[in-house]
Parts: sequence; structure tokens; C-alpha cells
Amino acid sequence: MSITIRNVNKRFGDFVALDDVNIEIRSGNLTALLGPSGGGKTTLLRIIAGLDRPDSGVVAINGSDTTWARPQHRNVGFVFQHYAAFKHLSVFRNVAFGLEIRKVPKAEIRRRVMELLELVHLDQFADRLPSQLSGGQRQRMALARALAVEPSVLLLDEPFGALDAQVRKELRDWLRRLHDEVHVTTVFVTHDQEEALEVSNEIVVINRGRVEQVGSPDDLYDHPANDFVMGFLGPATRFDGRLVRPHDVEVFDSATAGSVEARVDRVLRVGFDIRLDARRAVPGG
Amino acid sequence: MAGAITAEPRSRLAAGSGLGLGLATTWLSLLVLVPLAAVVVKATGHGWDGYWKALSNPSTAAALRLTVTQAVLVTVVNVVLGTVVAWVLVRDDFPGKALLDLVIDVPFALPTIVAGLVLLSLYGPKSPVGLHFTNSRVGIFVALLFVTVPFVVRAVQPVLLELDRDVEEAAASLGASPFTAFRRVVFPNLVPALAAGTALAFARAVSEYGSLVLVSGNRPFATEVAAVRVLSLNENDNPAGAAAVATVLLAVAIVTLVGIDLLRRWAVRRG
Repeated sequence: MSITIRNVNKRFGDFVALDDVNIEIRSGNLTALLGPSGGGKTTLLRIIAGLDRPDSGVVAINGSDTTWARPQHRNVGFVFQHYAAFKHLSVFRNVAFGLEIRKVPKAEIRRRVMELLELVHLDQFADRLPSQLSGGQRQRMALARALAVEPSVLLLDEPFGALDAQVRKELRDWLRRLHDEVHVTTVFVTHDQEEALEVSNEIVVINRGRVEQVGSPDDLYDHPANDFVMGFLGPATRFDGRLVRPHDVEVFDSATAGSVEARVDRVLRVGFDIRLDARRAVPGG
Repeated sequence: MAGAITAEPRSRLAAGSGLGLGLATTWLSLLVLVPLAAVVVKATGHGWDGYWKALSNPSTAAALRLTVTQAVLVTVVNVVLGTVVAWVLVRDDFPGKALLDLVIDVPFALPTIVAGLVLLSLYGPKSPVGLHFTNSRVGIFVALLFVTVPFVVRAVQPVLLELDRDVEEAAASLGASPFTAFRRVVFPNLVPALAAGTALAFARAVSEYGSLVLVSGNRPFATEVAAVRVLSLNENDNPAGAAAVATVLLAVAIVTLVGIDLLRRWAVRRG
């Protein structure tokens, strides 16, 4: 289902969280809202979910205006950074929650929940309490819980932010594959450019409440609309008045046609990655 | 330390704990267990016959019935309104919130006889608001409500503060109305605190004396509560009868504490 955001504004006191935001998210996409902390991306996600209200503007899910609909009537799945697990309920009951609210017959609930737990590889843990799961498992449970109600859109707020690097990497791959299987329109918030480039098929860069650029990961990486997007999507250095990426630079040990002389201050090896800190030799400096 | 523990395999206590345990046991025995045992001994001093006779005295039985009924009513009101007050104090912002937060504790900090005096001047024969609750069961009810205000509020408040808002939001996004979200997601987390607050409020209501002695009028069969009955029995040279009533109050207290703990465990398991 598509999501349309038109002229959305939101302030918290004097702070402008969203400034005339317009986005069109196509059905079936896996979209990343990327930007620095405090840039308004979580606010936008919460407005789509109905957990916050915009001061003005329109939010439409699949063409119908949901700006003022209550969250419980929007049929969105929401995954929180800190899991928001129902601590007193078993993993099974957590996932079943939305179905129980919808008064789905017990046998049907049982079938659907076990199916989802299998999908997130937690079928062994159905009877455990959330406190007996690891962070990664809890987040997978939260995902299954959100998917159980067959939401028209799935929203994830920094879903892997609280997890350690290894688990984060696993879950990214896994989210990608899950999306290929389930095909629900998915929007996730992240401040990690690598995560956005790796997982999504569309990126919306948001900074200071404004949309800086929308496009595919390759598009944004190769043709950033401005310096901010360039700087935010991977390392960049200012050279001759423009920003360049590391792979735009070639290093020679002697002067070559078109080369510029520089002094290497530091060589740092990070696994397969070798980084040079080089300072351009300024004539007379 | 590990060596010391393996050297004494029969003892599961760490070094120094023996002293602590001894001190705690002695202290609690001197303060609590010995006096309680003394009351039981006193109450049964004339044998079981004397005990039953003391309790089946119509006016004593009436006092006990009145006390327990009123305490139950007051506790039920407290569970509901105490939770509401705690909710408002935690979740809402309004001018005068800090003052209201302070006022909650006044009934607890005030000497109960002063509370009685306050209620007497407000609802007594010369009531400035035209309400005459004294010398009636309504008066007892109001006085008990007054003195039990803080218990549930203060028990629930910190738990509510600690509770993450995102679980309610998660419930809402899964289709739960605010009421359903409260019932299914918030309330189960409050149950242990609510049970503790309820137990305290009930215990206080059963044992209340100071605020009632002025307000209730202490009319036998009508407005005489158990604690006042204990005093009058004792003053009428019937210490065994007084002790008998005391043992009943003691039993009620124990049953309440155990019962509420069982209820709490059940609620936590059920979810």
C-alpha cells in the first residue's frame, strides 16, 4: 500500500521537527528514512503511525486520508527501537495480541502465530517470556507481533539501534529477505547510512525537518543533490572546492600526469580497508 | 571467601550473616512476635469457651462485622480512585500538580486524632457545609477514606513512572483502544504494587482508631468499630475480651496479607 505525505508540518514548542514535508512512498517499497538524530525522521514515522499528530498537512495510506485516524484504526505495524515487549506475556501471547484484539478464533490465532514464529525463527521460544530472550530475539518477536495483524504498512523506528554490531548485521540481511517474502510496504528509520544503503530500495534523506533528497541507494550515492547528502552517505573529502569519495582518488608514489603532490601523515589498516590521512603539499606552505 | 564456604559445607550462610540473622530474629521477636503471642495467650486465658463467649458477645460481633465491612468498602474505593489519582499525577501536567502531590501524604502525616477533629468540624453538628456525617456509618466511611488516601496512590505512582509509554503505543498500533491497552498491557504491570497498596489500605482501615473515636460516636451495634471496642472492653475490666477481639483483628490482617499475595501471584501468572 502506498503512503502519501503532503505538506506535513510539526513543531514541538519552538523546535521545528518537520518543515513542509512531501513524500510519496510506493506500494511494496522498502524505504529508509535516513538522517542525523533530531532531524525529524522518527517524528515523521510516528505521524504515519498516528502516534503523533501533524500541525498541518495530510497523511494518506493507499489513497485514503488517515491524518486524523487513531493509531488503532490505521492497521499499521510499528516496531520500536527498544522492542516495547509486553513483559508479562509469553512470546506466543505477544505475537497473538493483535489477533486476540481482533477476536480471531483461537485455532486460527494458534496457526498464524506459530507460522510467524517460524518465519522469525522463534518457534522454539513460544512459551518464554521476553525477558528470557536476547535483544535480537526480542526485536524479531516485535516484528512478528507487528506482522501478525497483516498491516497495510510496516514501520520500524531504528529497529536495530539497540543491538550490537554482529546481530545488527544479521538482522539487516534478514529484514531484506523478509521483505522479499512478505512484500509489505515498509518504512524504517535509521541514522546509519550503511544500513540504509544495504537494506532499502529507496532512501529519503531528512535533515532539520526537511527532505534533502529521495532516490534509490545508487542514485543518492552517485548523484547526491547537495553537499549534505554527499557528506552523509559515506565518507567524503573536500578537494578543490568539491566533495570527493575515497574511491574517486588514486594514490601514486611519484608524480604522474594530472596528479597533485601530497604528504601521507598516517596509514591506518582496518581489516581489508586501508586508510590514508594525506595533506596536500601547499606551495610555500 | 570461597575457601571459607567450602570449609563449612553445612552452612549456607556467608561469614557475618549468622550474626545478622540472629540480630534480625531477636529484634523482630522482641518487637513483634512476643507481644503478638502474649495477646493470643491472654485471649485464650479463660480457655476456648471464654474466647468464644467474648467473641459471640453481640455488641463485639457487631463491631467486628462493621469494621471489616467498612474496611472492604473503603479498600475497593481506594483501588479505583487511588489508581486514577496516581495516573493523573504521573501522566498529566497541570498547574498545582506539585501541591496535589504533596497533599496526598497529609492524611498519613497528620496525627489521626487531628484528622478526626478536622472531619468533626467539617461534618459535625455545626457543619459549615450542611453535611452531618458524624455518629453515622457514613462518617466512619468518610474518615477511613481520608486516612487511607496515600497507600494505593503511593504504591502505584512509582511503577507507573517507570512504565515505558511505547508498550501502550505498541498496543494501540496493534488495534487496542486506550482502555484495552490499559487493561491488557498497563494494568498487569501495576498489579503487584496495587496489591501492596491495597493490603496497606485495608490493614489501616481495619485498625483505625484515632480518626474514628471522635467522628463515629461509638454507639454499640451501630457505629462502634473493633479498635474502639477493644478499648471499651479493656476499660470495663475485660482484658481477656479485649485480647480476643485483638486476635481476630490479627487474624484478619494475616489472612489479608496472604490472600493479597496469592492474588498478586495469580494475576502475574495469568497476565
